[in-house]
Amino acid sequence: MLDLCNDLNTYLMIGAFLFATGFYGILQRRSLIGMLISSELILSGASLNFMAFSRFLAPDPTMGQIFTLFIMGIAAAEAAIALSIVIAVYRNYKSIDSEDLTDLKG
Amino acid sequence: MGAALFTAEGLTGLVFLVLIATTVSGALVATNAKRLVRSVAGLALCFIGVAGLFYYLNSPFIAMMEMLIYVGAVCVAITFAIMLAEPRNEDKPGKQSGIGAFFGFFAAGLIFWGVASIGKNTTWVSVQTKVNDGSVTEIGKALLTSYSLVFELISVVLLVAIIGALVLARTGRSKNNA
Repeated sequence: MLDLCNDLNTYLMIGAFLFATGFYGILQRRSLIGMLISSELILSGASLNFMAFSRFLAPDPTMGQIFTLFIMGIAAAEAAIALSIVIAVYRNYKSIDSEDLTDLKG
Repeated sequence: MGAALFTAEGLTGLVFLVLIATTVSGALVATNAKRLVRSVAGLALCFIGVAGLFYYLNSPFIAMMEMLIYVGAVCVAITFAIMLAEPRNEDKPGKQSGIGAFFGFFAAGLIFWGVASIGKNTTWVSVQTKVNDGSVTEIGKALLTSYSLVFELISVVLLVAIIGALVLARTGRSKNNA
């Protein structure tokens, strides 16, 4: 139990858990910000997997770290864009509930 | 129980277990909390745990970046957005479908089971020789040699994202209630 930190499978399990939790959150949340939070969880699970593989298996240990850095950059850009979209939606609809955005519904 | 508790390895393993608990509980709070502010707090907790896990994966630099970018910037930005676009009634009664939440839970459990069993049942082949030690120096060298094009491209992406966020958040804002 105490030597879990040297096992690849531990990290893969945590990564899978983060991914599944984020997936569940995206399906279950109805506010846009809640979905954004869940998608951050998914990205975080992916970067944990990359880091684990780069630490245990890859011949070049910098590769996963650099990939994780790029994931962080993309996630920051995505969060900025998504939050400004949320604010613009709130200004137009006075709501950030995803079920209220029904202008294109026939 | 591979190691005794009160040795360096045992305490290291104990801290690792605490980090796992932090990550898992943070993720659960982030997805299940009723109010969005609590959800963001859970997200920050989860990211702190993930930063600790990165530390255990021999990369203190990425752990620091995780704290700086995610806990320091992304969570604060989400908090500001929650304060600006205040969702006063997060769960309106009667609209939450229990069956949908159940199917979401089922699908997420299926995904977890699938991914975890793939990870568990594969025999991972490890290489014995590493070409470098994965230190910050090596990361810097690789960023400016092999990955320099991606490095430049991501700065362009970030610049476009900044300008786009400003434009999106400003349009439609009238002069008198600005």
